[in-house]
Amino acid sequence: MHKLLTAALLATTVIAGAAHAADAIKPAILFDMGGKFDKSFNEGVYNGGQVFSKETGIKIQEFEVQNEGQREQGLRNFAKKGNNPVLAIGFAQADGLTVVAKEFPKTNFGIIDMVVDLPNVHSFVFKEHEGSYLAGMLAALASPGMKVGFVGGMDIPLIRRFGCGYVQGVKAVDPKMEVFQNMTGSTPSAWNDPVRGGELAKSQIERGANVVYAAAGATGLGVLQAANDAGKFGIGVDSDQNYLHPGHMLTSMVKRVDVATQTLFTAAKDGKFTAGISDLGLKEGGVDVAFDQYNEKLIKPEWKAKVEAAKQDIISGKIQVHDYMSDNKCPVS
Amino acid sequence: MDIIDQLPSLLAATIRVAVPLVLAAFAGLFSERAGVVDIGLEGKMLAGAFAGAAVSSITGNVWLGMLAAVALAAVLGALHGFVCISQKGNQVVSGLAINIMVSGLTMTLGLAWFHQGGQTPPLPPSARFSEVIFPGTALLSGIPFLGAIYGRVIGGQNILVYPTFLMVPLAWWVLYKTRFGLRIRAVGESPAAVDTAGVPVVRLRYAATIIAGVLCGVAGAYIATAQGAGFVRDMTGGRGYLALAALVLGKWKPWNTLWSCLLFAALDAVAIRLQGVVIPGVGPVPVEFVQSVPYIMTIVLLAGFVGRAIPPKASGYPYVKER
Repeated sequence: MHKLLTAALLATTVIAGAAHAADAIKPAILFDMGGKFDKSFNEGVYNGGQVFSKETGIKIQEFEVQNEGQREQGLRNFAKKGNNPVLAIGFAQADGLTVVAKEFPKTNFGIIDMVVDLPNVHSFVFKEHEGSYLAGMLAALASPGMKVGFVGGMDIPLIRRFGCGYVQGVKAVDPKMEVFQNMTGSTPSAWNDPVRGGELAKSQIERGANVVYAAAGATGLGVLQAANDAGKFGIGVDSDQNYLHPGHMLTSMVKRVDVATQTLFTAAKDGKFTAGISDLGLKEGGVDVAFDQYNEKLIKPEWKAKVEAAKQDIISGKIQVHDYMSDNKCPVS
Repeated sequence: MDIIDQLPSLLAATIRVAVPLVLAAFAGLFSERAGVVDIGLEGKMLAGAFAGAAVSSITGNVWLGMLAAVALAAVLGALHGFVCISQKGNQVVSGLAINIMVSGLTMTLGLAWFHQGGQTPPLPPSARFSEVIFPGTALLSGIPFLGAIYGRVIGGQNILVYPTFLMVPLAWWVLYKTRFGLRIRAVGESPAAVDTAGVPVVRLRYAATIIAGVLCGVAGAYIATAQGAGFVRDMTGGRGYLALAALVLGKWKPWNTLWSCLLFAALDAVAIRLQGVVIPGVGPVPVEFVQSVPYIMTIVLLAGFVGRAIPPKASGYPYVKER
């Protein structure tokens, strides 16, 4: 019933959209299971889409998948209805996109967080390990003589990449500092369980963690809440989440999925869509740590200087941050 | 990891995690002892979580949120009763329908009311249930181990934890020492006999399903406004089903059910702390295994390897007078 209703709603919005945007492009976004208001990964894409809509007046069709089976279905639906380009959010969409992109060779697709090597797909991937490295440095700088923690969402190599970069950053500041690492689960529901996220964060804080870095979608909300409740510090992810708990958010590892979204749609609008891969790191401005009015009182100038120096070293190649996904191993733990 | 150092935090986590399980399992206990199978614990908890978070968020008063949670879940309990008792419908289907309906409805209403993708806004501390710090906690915190036990396990828990654990002996007393409890149990074993004695079967079963609703409502409010800080889609995350497993493992008896809930919660607390720990010869502990232990134990029990779990005899069957 619920599914039928959403499908019906989707169909009507797509038809309505087709009526008054006949000559312009008809972009569409397929959000993943965290939902477009996860205040993190999906919401970053949503915000990017909003900016694009505001600037160009072009409406974006959206769909949020509720279960795994809907991914391929949703993509096909968009393509069938003439949406172009279609942006798929999240690594888990890759399989469905591979199938659908072959079925609709004239439709342009984009995907964030995974590479789909097809002539009509542009893939955006990010060097999360570089941004996480800086987050790890800040965590360690803020916790002299203490411990720090990391809570991941679903246990996949992509999230291990966040964790591995973070640990490397911590160890760069203090090689002896202990880092607790927890994954929320091994199914997609791990992106959406803030209560369990909070419990994981509490377990780390009780073992002495002073800063907890959450890379877990909506689960992260519980992690940051727990850090705030305990008077400790959280590090947000993907979107700038510093505003969630001012004074208790050390920083956020921002991943500019909003920029990726705008880039794809703008290129499509100008008829300049190209297939290929954008691998966005610190150098490209694809990832960074957020400094804003919510955390400026927490960040000492000398920390900022150290992070800035490390950032330049990573960009110049002087510091090589190991990428977990290159060999599925992490040199430190 | 030093065991003695970790024990207080492990126990504290066990209690924290057990609370919604205990409340939901006892909801199931009342309902099923009265002969109404309740697979809708999950949905009623989710409804409670949503109502609790929504009303707390709007009014800023967490007690009003609790009231709304209890009221909504009780209404759903009564609805389950209406389908199963008055209309003599299939009890499993009714429960499942409640789960599906609530999962969709909370999203839809949340989206319409708060415009945050089905979430409620994050709740400020004043709109949440907070921890109770016992007197003398700071004074005793210097004592190794016992200080931590007093300050973090016995004291320092959320304010809802205490009534939950007081509810357990109360439920036992009601079920086993009062006339009402005797009748509830009788109506789940042999409703015809109860009817013959002139006691209204329908009214008793309704009472049981509504009590179940109330307990689920409290559990939901705990999840959204004590453990968490706001509602997120499907945030109960299968705890209702885990509570059902605890109920079966506890053989539909109050104290056994409590121990099952605590065991499941303890397993969870241990699993969290075991993640990534390398055991010599085995390698890293497979967390999925530890997480599946409750369900494996329940299946083993149901298969008859560890004693037998005998459900109330009339559980699952609507009572028809003329049968």
